[in-house]
Amino acid sequence: MDVNKNSYTFTFSAILVIVVGASLAFVAEGLKPLQKENVRLEKMQNILASVKIEATPEEAAAKFEQYIVDQVMLDNDGNVVSPDGLTAFDIDVVKEFKTLAIEKRNYPLFVFQENGATKYIVPMAGNGLWGPIWGFVAFEGDMNTIYGSTFDHKTETPGLGAEINQPDFQNKFVGKTIFDGSDYVSVEVVKGGSDVEGKSHMVDGISGGTITSKGVGEMMQRTLNVYVPYFKGNQKASL
Amino acid sequence: MSETAETTAVVKEPKEPLFSSKNKRLLSDPLNDDNPITIQVLGICSALAITVQVKQAVVMSLSVLVVMIGANLIVSLLRNLIPSRVRIIVQLVIVAALVILVDQVLKAYLYDVSKQLSVFVGLIITNCIIMGRLEAFALANKPWPSFLDAVGNAAGYGWILIAVAVVRELFGSGKFYGFQVIPDAFYDFGYYNNGLMILPPMALITVGIIIWIQRSRNTKLIEEN
Repeated sequence: MDVNKNSYTFTFSAILVIVVGASLAFVAEGLKPLQKENVRLEKMQNILASVKIEATPEEAAAKFEQYIVDQVMLDNDGNVVSPDGLTAFDIDVVKEFKTLAIEKRNYPLFVFQENGATKYIVPMAGNGLWGPIWGFVAFEGDMNTIYGSTFDHKTETPGLGAEINQPDFQNKFVGKTIFDGSDYVSVEVVKGGSDVEGKSHMVDGISGGTITSKGVGEMMQRTLNVYVPYFKGNQKASL
Repeated sequence: MSETAETTAVVKEPKEPLFSSKNKRLLSDPLNDDNPITIQVLGICSALAITVQVKQAVVMSLSVLVVMIGANLIVSLLRNLIPSRVRIIVQLVIVAALVILVDQVLKAYLYDVSKQLSVFVGLIITNCIIMGRLEAFALANKPWPSFLDAVGNAAGYGWILIAVAVVRELFGSGKFYGFQVIPDAFYDFGYYNNGLMILPPMALITVGIIIWIQRSRNTKLIEEN
C-alpha cells in the first residue's frame, strides 16, 4: 500500500479526526455529570473557606446546608430581588459578569451563621493577566471589616499570579475595611513589596504577579460597589 | 538520510534483549549527554514558566512523562501507516487528544490534581520535546525502544526542571516544596529573598549555569567553532 498517495492521505486524516473527535466527545459527555458535581462541591468549599470553615468535598454539601442560613440576591442597583426558580447559589458570577448586560446581572450574597455570629459572603469575578479570576470575600457582621477571603484563577502563571489562591495572599485581606467613615473606598491591592503596615484599605500584592494582584483589587472595587447600598442599609438598621 | 538508515538497521536485527546496551542508552543518554533541555535546547518555554516552585515542576514533569509515553507508543505503532506529508499534524492531533483525554478524566476523578494541571495542559501540548521525540524517534522505531526513549527524555527534562525549580524556590522564596527552609534568624540578620529569582529571566540564567557545569565536566559536548 502506498501511504503517500493523495487518496490515502485524505482517508487517513479523515479517519484519524473522526476517531479522535468521537472519542473525545464521548469521554467529555460521559464524564460531564461527575465534573459538574465536582465544580458544585468546590464552590461550596470555597464559600465555606472564606469564613474559615474547612470542608472536604464529601462533607461540603452538609456543612454548606448547616452554616449558610440565607441566600440573598441583589440587582445592579443593590435592591433585593428574587427571580423565579433561581437561588443565589445557582448564579455563576464568572459567567454572568461576562455574558449578561450590567442591568440584568444578579449579585448573590450568602449569609453565614455560627454560634450567633453572622458573616456576609460576597462572590466576585474579574480578570487576571491571562484569564478569569474569581473569589469569595467574607465580611464581619459590621459589613465593613473583611473576615476572610478566597480567590482562585483559571490560567494565571504558577508561582506568580497563581499565588492569589494561596493563604499567604488571602490572609493579607483579613481585618482590612472597605468603608472610610461612611464613604466606600474598597481595598486597593498595591505593587508587591510595598509597605502597607497600618493602612486599612491597602493590601500588599504579589511580586511578579502585579497585574493579577491589581485584577483582584479591581474586581473587589467593582463588585462590592453594587453591595454598598445594601450594606449601608443594614448597617443603619443594626445601629 | 541517516535517520532511515538507522531504522532499517534496527528493524532487521534479530531478537534483541529488552534491556540491551543500546536500549539502556536510550534511557540514560537523555539524562546527561543528550539532554533535551541543556543539549538539544528543547522545551525551554516550559522550563521558564513553571520552575518558580518545585511542586509545579514535579507535576509538570510527571504529566510530560505520561503524555510522552502515550504519544510515543501510539505514533510508533502507527509509524508505517502515517502519510509522511501530514505527519506533523497527525502527531499534534495525537498529543493534543491524549492531553485533553487525561485532563477530562482527572477533572472527573481527581479534581484536585486537575486543578493543579490547569495551566500546564496547553504547555504540554506545545512542548517541543514531545513533538521532537515523535518526529526524531517514534516515527522510525518499534514501540519498545520508543517507550524507553520517552521515559528517558521525560526524565531528562524532568530533572533539569526540578533542579532549576529547587534553586529558584530556595533563593526566591526561601522554601523547598512549599516548606520554609531558610530559618527566620537569617531574615532577622538582614537576609532577603532574591526577588529576581522569581522572575522568568532567572530560569534561563539557571539553565545556563547548569549547561556551563555540564560542559565543563564533559568537554566532548563543547561545539568547535
